[in-house]
Amino acid sequence: MSSHALEHGAHPANPNFQHQFEDLQQQYESTTFGMWVFLVQEILFFGALFCAYAVYRAMYPEAYAAASHHLDKILGTANTVVLIASSLTMALAVRCAQLGRNKGILGYLFATFMLGNVFLGVKVIEYSDKYKHHLIPGSSFFMGGPYNEQAQIYFSMYFAMTGMHALHMVIGAGLLIFFMWKAYNNTYSKDYYGPIEIMGLYWHFVDIVWIFLFPMLYLIG
Amino acid sequence: MAKDLQLFPDSAAAGAAGVDANYFFIVAVSVFFAAGISLAILYFALRYKRKSEEMPKPIHGSLILELGWTVIPFLIAMVMFAGGAVVFFRSYNPPPSAMEIFIVGKQWMWKTQHPNGVREINELHVPVNRAIKLTMTTEDVIHSYYIPAFRVKKDVVPGQYSTMWFEPTKVGKYHLFCAEYCGTQHSGMIGSVYVMEEADYEAWLSGSVRGETMQQAGERLFNRLGCATCHKADNTGRGPTLVDVFGQPVKLQSGMSVLADEGYLRESILRPSAKTVAGYTVEMPTFQGQISEEGLLQVIGYIKSLSKAAQPAATPAAKPIETPKPAPTAKKGGN
Amino acid sequence: MSATLTHPTETVPAPEQPSDNYITRGKGVMSWLLTKDHKRIALLYLMSITAMSLLGGFFAALIRLELITPGGDLLSAESYNKAFTMHGVIMVFFILIPATPAVLGNFLIPIMVGARDLAFPRINLLSWYLYIAGAALALFSMISGGVDTGWTFYTPYSSTYSNSAVMTTALGAFIAGFATILTGLNFIVTVHKMRAPGMTWFRLPLFVWAHYATSLVQILGTPVIAMTLVLVALERALGFSFFNPNNGGDPILFQHLFWFYSHPAVYIMILPAMGVISELVTCFSRKKVFGYSFIAMSSVAIAVFGFVVWGHHLFVSGQSIYAGMVFSILSFMVAIPSAIKVFNWAATMYKGSISYDTPMLYAFGFFGLFLVGGLTGLICASMAIDIHIHDTYFIVAHFHYIMVGGGIMGYMGGLHYWWPKMTGRRYPELAGRLSAVFVFLGFNLTFFPQFLLGYMGMPRRYHAYPEEFQILNVMSSSGAAVLAMGYILPMIYFTWSLFKGKKAPANPYGAKGLEWEIPSPPPTENFTTTPIVTEEAYAYASEDEETHEVKHV
Repeated sequence: MSSHALEHGAHPANPNFQHQFEDLQQQYESTTFGMWVFLVQEILFFGALFCAYAVYRAMYPEAYAAASHHLDKILGTANTVVLIASSLTMALAVRCAQLGRNKGILGYLFATFMLGNVFLGVKVIEYSDKYKHHLIPGSSFFMGGPYNEQAQIYFSMYFAMTGMHALHMVIGAGLLIFFMWKAYNNTYSKDYYGPIEIMGLYWHFVDIVWIFLFPMLYLIG
Repeated sequence: MAKDLQLFPDSAAAGAAGVDANYFFIVAVSVFFAAGISLAILYFALRYKRKSEEMPKPIHGSLILELGWTVIPFLIAMVMFAGGAVVFFRSYNPPPSAMEIFIVGKQWMWKTQHPNGVREINELHVPVNRAIKLTMTTEDVIHSYYIPAFRVKKDVVPGQYSTMWFEPTKVGKYHLFCAEYCGTQHSGMIGSVYVMEEADYEAWLSGSVRGETMQQAGERLFNRLGCATCHKADNTGRGPTLVDVFGQPVKLQSGMSVLADEGYLRESILRPSAKTVAGYTVEMPTFQGQISEEGLLQVIGYIKSLSKAAQPAATPAAKPIETPKPAPTAKKGGN
Repeated sequence: MSATLTHPTETVPAPEQPSDNYITRGKGVMSWLLTKDHKRIALLYLMSITAMSLLGGFFAALIRLELITPGGDLLSAESYNKAFTMHGVIMVFFILIPATPAVLGNFLIPIMVGARDLAFPRINLLSWYLYIAGAALALFSMISGGVDTGWTFYTPYSSTYSNSAVMTTALGAFIAGFATILTGLNFIVTVHKMRAPGMTWFRLPLFVWAHYATSLVQILGTPVIAMTLVLVALERALGFSFFNPNNGGDPILFQHLFWFYSHPAVYIMILPAMGVISELVTCFSRKKVFGYSFIAMSSVAIAVFGFVVWGHHLFVSGQSIYAGMVFSILSFMVAIPSAIKVFNWAATMYKGSISYDTPMLYAFGFFGLFLVGGLTGLICASMAIDIHIHDTYFIVAHFHYIMVGGGIMGYMGGLHYWWPKMTGRRYPELAGRLSAVFVFLGFNLTFFPQFLLGYMGMPRRYHAYPEEFQILNVMSSSGAAVLAMGYILPMIYFTWSLFKGKKAPANPYGAKGLEWEIPSPPPTENFTTTPIVTEEAYAYASEDEETHEVKHV
């Protein structure tokens, strides 16, 4: 099938070069494309939740609205702002990576990490508040009012959606630590910055999910 | 084991013929194509068996052939779809004169309730040549009411009513199966459907032990649970009157309109806030846990009786009103 | 490198096999458990899938043994329910979904596109470990009492009522799902980004096209069931309300979410097998495939259409009549691309030069069985008929014809075809042909009677049944014994071949394809130099039609 074959060119000297690829460019394109494919899969993953949410909201709009009033819009808005800010710092980290500035990467990743922790901290406050007010679905749930039963569906969706989102944030935070460590060791350069970019893609995705969750859960009615 | 080997089910209902016709048509077309393709492949395998090392000439393809064997199967498939859809459509909605019977499934038995109060377990007696409509639900998990001889099946889903109908055409005894896996004794949730001549059926119906009619039981529940307190006939109560409600559209608080069928009534009893009637606030408490599925069917039966427009076809036992014997064995609904 | 054409039964001197290949390089268990080589990972998968298939087959044996008699006399009802559940869970999640992609796809796709490995070798290894973790959880749930919900986990039985090991099984399926997502991701990126120079999309072997389409389905479908299982787990463990009708939940929502994945899943199970068939038919007809682009595009069409037909599992559940109509018509349409493939394969054989090697016998078996399975799918798609046959043995027969008759025949055919390449050994040809015949005959005897049982009304998942169904059940169980032999035989002679089999040359069948131009077994890096591709796929004869000169490449 092949009539003659290429001699291998000299492999790039970069220690981060992976030998299944032909060159760093192919490696960069493949890893970036791979992250996009992964994010498509994540859209479907959250999509199942969004679908269930939509079905029940169409069935019980008043119950959703009544239950949604028990969420703290101030904290939700604050969290949204925090997350958007963290996307900004993440984008700046990517910019530093493209310019090969490892110290800059480290700094901005750290800022992203801290903002992410603020988000998670607020979520802990919100969750424990729900616990105190018996709004965790299950045998001890009680909201009162005419929509008490359907509200359990709403809160089940709330905890499933924000919980899954928070889990992704935690994973993201772990990845940020990993990349901070790599940046600390001057891993990145103008020729090799792909991993930071794909970290950025992941982080922005998690941010965008929240941009949907916030109005869907907090701003009903 | 030394019985006649039966390879095709009985056909005992009016709808079976349409189902079987579609089946035979698709089987015939399938056999034709399967045989044709298999024979072609077999022929090629023999005719073109390798005899030398010579390479055969390549043939890239043929647009005509590709279009042909795409379009023709597509058209045939559409005919098959149409055949099935027509039969299905016709069998979907019961005729308005259909006789009603109510089924409640639970792990692992089928409870039948006739409007005149007769109950059965794992059995269903019906008269021949009458349209029968089953309204069904389940107390626990999903089951499925399946009568192979009639070619009918419908899942029963907790929290909802499902309906199906059939018109038996042959007297006899037929299998009843649960066809949705429902736990340990799923294969034990079986029974029999008895199709009887009209006269035999009437005899059976009036001869069977029974308590109150469904309507009477429903009325009793309606009072005992306090429904009558708010739902007064003259519409002066805190809730809307239920006279002439069943079968009519109801305007809701949200502006939408919904048909007051069995499902709507059931939901309103168990989840009053789900569909609040326009002009009323949500004050009605939920009766979740206070009324059984059978009790719900009885109350709904009573509410239906308040509606002149939606009288079900007169069941044979409705004609001569007999004083209901206070049968101690009859289970009261709504415990 | 030239390909020599040898007929398998010709006596040739033992071929030179390089002493350094992917099997010999790196010794010791750890070099296998920490490998990044896609070929070693393929073998790791082969071993685990074979082990799981013994387990799945064991449960099948229990089922068929029980069903010899109408009464429930071999197993208790509860044990029987657990047996068919575990049979389904293992076969679907741990055999049918991974088999061809994880074993054959992993091994061949990098070679077929001309690359040294997949795009992400470490993620490939992670996939295997996730598979093992999922399988371990499934095993654990078996040992801790088993699960009895059916592999379909319908709510509210699974979320509220069942007392069995639902959580661990659901978790096992969830983790195994991520294994397939990562495999699909790897394949997509590899095919997009790592094709050798000259390897355009339309020069790719159809095996690669099939796996590409499969990977699209894996990426888009699997996450949905993953989340659905999470919801069931939350409802079970924490009392959340997603499907609980007491709080207004809808159990049918579960069915929609479940089947949104599980229907495309069956295309994950069949598309790779169809890719294998394309390779087998061309090689053993020694002829370029007829209608290459139509077969390639039909794979993508199946993947796309496969996502919009899930409602045909819910005809009886109470979905609206109009939804039913839409799903029915689309279900009829999804059959068309598969039909196109079958016609094209048959046309490939026309005026070919056909030999009856074992892989080709599996291909023949595939044709017979897939035809029946696919055509009975039309019967299932008809709403009027499906009301009657839903949840009966008709459905069981239909999907076994496709999954096993199609999917496993493809897998076994491919395993036999590429065995010399993967292991450098040949299995005894007669034994191979015998097992293909056993499988074909045993399969038909097992499953054809089930069509009749189903139309007569025998429901599925029944532990005991009315007496009049016994004769057909006995036939079915006898067939299962023959079928089992057809599967056990290869395990024996494949193992034997590893030690005593004749050594295989680089190209024992004279086939076209990059994989046949490298040694058997291949070196770790596949190619010493990156190939440059100048030919179309399956270029068995030159385009020179004026002479009938045989051209060797």
